[in-house]
Amino acid sequence: MFRHFIRLQWLSFVRSASFKTEIWFKILMALGALYFIAVFLAMGVGAYFIIEKAELGDPLRVVNRFMIYYLVMDLYLRYMLQKMPVMNIRPLLYLPIRKGVVVRFALGKTLFSFFNISHAFFFVPFSIVLITQDYPPVQVLGWHLAMFALFYLNNFLNVLINNVDRIFYPVVVVVTLLAVAQYYGWFDITVYTAPIFDLFYDIPLTAIIPWVLLVVAAWAAFHYFKGKMYLDGGLAVKTAEGKTEDYAWLNRFGNLGTFLKNDIKLIKRNKRSKTTVLVSFLFLFYGMLFLTGAMEVYKGPVWQIFAGIFVSGGFLFTFGQYVPSWDSAYYPLMMSQNIKYREYLNSKWWLIVIATAISTILAAFYLYFGWKAYLAVVVGAIYNIGVNSHLVLWGGAYIKTPIDLTTNKKAFGDKQAFNAKTLLLTIPKLLLPLVVFWVGSLIWNETAGFIAVALCGVIGFAFKDRVFRLIEKIYKKEKYKTLLAYKQGK
Amino acid sequence: MIQVATLSKVYGKQTVLDIESLEIPQGQSFGLVGNNGAGKTTLFSLLLDLIKPSTGEIRNQDIVVQQSEGWKPFTSAFIDESFLIGYLTPEEYFYFIGELRGASKADVNALLSGFEDFFHGEILGQRKYLRDLSKGNQKKVGIVASFIGNPKVVILDEPFANLDPTTQIRLKKIIKELAANREVTVLVSSHDLMHVTEVCERIVVLEKGKIVRDIQTTPETLKELEQFFDKSVAL
Repeated sequence: MFRHFIRLQWLSFVRSASFKTEIWFKILMALGALYFIAVFLAMGVGAYFIIEKAELGDPLRVVNRFMIYYLVMDLYLRYMLQKMPVMNIRPLLYLPIRKGVVVRFALGKTLFSFFNISHAFFFVPFSIVLITQDYPPVQVLGWHLAMFALFYLNNFLNVLINNVDRIFYPVVVVVTLLAVAQYYGWFDITVYTAPIFDLFYDIPLTAIIPWVLLVVAAWAAFHYFKGKMYLDGGLAVKTAEGKTEDYAWLNRFGNLGTFLKNDIKLIKRNKRSKTTVLVSFLFLFYGMLFLTGAMEVYKGPVWQIFAGIFVSGGFLFTFGQYVPSWDSAYYPLMMSQNIKYREYLNSKWWLIVIATAISTILAAFYLYFGWKAYLAVVVGAIYNIGVNSHLVLWGGAYIKTPIDLTTNKKAFGDKQAFNAKTLLLTIPKLLLPLVVFWVGSLIWNETAGFIAVALCGVIGFAFKDRVFRLIEKIYKKEKYKTLLAYKQGK
Repeated sequence: MIQVATLSKVYGKQTVLDIESLEIPQGQSFGLVGNNGAGKTTLFSLLLDLIKPSTGEIRNQDIVVQQSEGWKPFTSAFIDESFLIGYLTPEEYFYFIGELRGASKADVNALLSGFEDFFHGEILGQRKYLRDLSKGNQKKVGIVASFIGNPKVVILDEPFANLDPTTQIRLKKIIKELAANREVTVLVSSHDLMHVTEVCERIVVLEKGKIVRDIQTTPETLKELEQFFDKSVAL
């Protein structure tokens, strides 16, 4: 029986839409995967020596100290990204297969997911290094197996808590607060958790405990699933209660308001777009690497502009990038309705501008790191509004992969963003402001650099009408191709 | 009036539509029948400028569809679920279409009140998004939305499919009423010969992209059509 399942799995893999890409992209993907494997391996091997060199103490103890965050982070990522294997079970229900077998296969499949395997790239080399550094092998093995079990425990916990937002989000908030508290030295949770992880090393026999927990969790997940193998049970597609909303205050903007209303609902009511907004919020903190002087290599002023563009442009890059694919599910409607492209694009443009403004206001906390840091954000925002907002809309005309609003698939980066044309458009998006700043600061000083970048934004803004006419023309030219691609992608 | 001239659509080597000429006068209720792959949806998609013709052109009230967008204000359609916005409630969807077609909320409400029977209490005030409605109910929403804003041309692709018997009968009445108003041209495609002959005054049969019959409906039409399709099975 399992042979059949594995065959189906293989076919669904090689025949999936994302696999049918150009060969050079496959090579690129493979290279990307190799890169990450190399990074993880290097981290596994290097972690020991880095910690030793930094004189933080016994490397194993240090790793144990932060293990709690690692585990929670892992659970968080799983929750956000790891797909539950329910949907492809449906067609199996009608076939003469025992339910237990189906569930076992579905759960067993998760064991081999990237979210489990990837940790091995850290733990295996790290443990080997420990042994070569004269740690007692038995104790290392105990610790290693315990960790192994804990990450698999996460795997099954994720199955159980999936879609229980009520528990999940508070936990994330608590953990974040704990991390902040630790950073400022108010309260250190690791004091209480580190001994647990140390225990697995000190007394290797205790590694049995996480294994017992793992077996219990696997058993629970199995029964949880098996009990819900009904179309109206665990396999039901969850439906949210619909609420008619008016947003009458947007009426005064005419057609623009009509579209904005729709876009707000789009963002609010779909999983994929909600994730995107969440990610764009995280962009706010990306600047911490650059603007706080935390990283020695990023101290140059050119990097500040780079950071400024990302901090204020989170929404622009994550949402704007995929216009018009957000409307892919009903693009034929949009194209046959009484809609002018210009109004449609304009509403998306306003959405980006409003979001950029909000990001800029939220980023005011960078003032804490000096007015220059915040100035970089403001200048980045001006450039984003004036130039980049046009560029993402322009690039969107060439993006022809439909978006499935109801799932989080591909929410984090998508191959389609890498076609040659959109790749070319990133040059003015990211590199041009850096060059402008560099030239400005070279001719005169840093302030001149900032002014030069802001000026670019203002000029771009002044040409908005002309640029929009151009973009409109491109959208019209690409219309049939886009419609066809959206239809096929479904 | 809709005029089609030397229209064809070719995919690779396969011609999916090839119409020498076709005229649909204003106010006519026009039925399109044919087997799967006959080109019905292709013709409608061309009418809505959703695909590009290989040759020829379509004029809708003297506007060349492929060149100007001037036909959009007076043309409306429901082809498939890609005309619905899944994350809206039915009310929001109707108002959205209304705003695009210049119908106020009051206009839309007035129109909707005439379809209470048709909705059968399963559409309005259900606290559900369109994506969570059943296929049949989604169809009801799409069909009614295509009546918003007094369109002069209404295009419905397979409107009877997926509807329950009661709703089918109600829909036939609605289309007949619409056609009785000589201002509105109604284009309907269907697999169900009985429904089309009942609501359409003219029926065109497509086969492999070509017009093979063009009939003014009479009491004998249904029989004629049945014979025709029976024969094509025999062939």
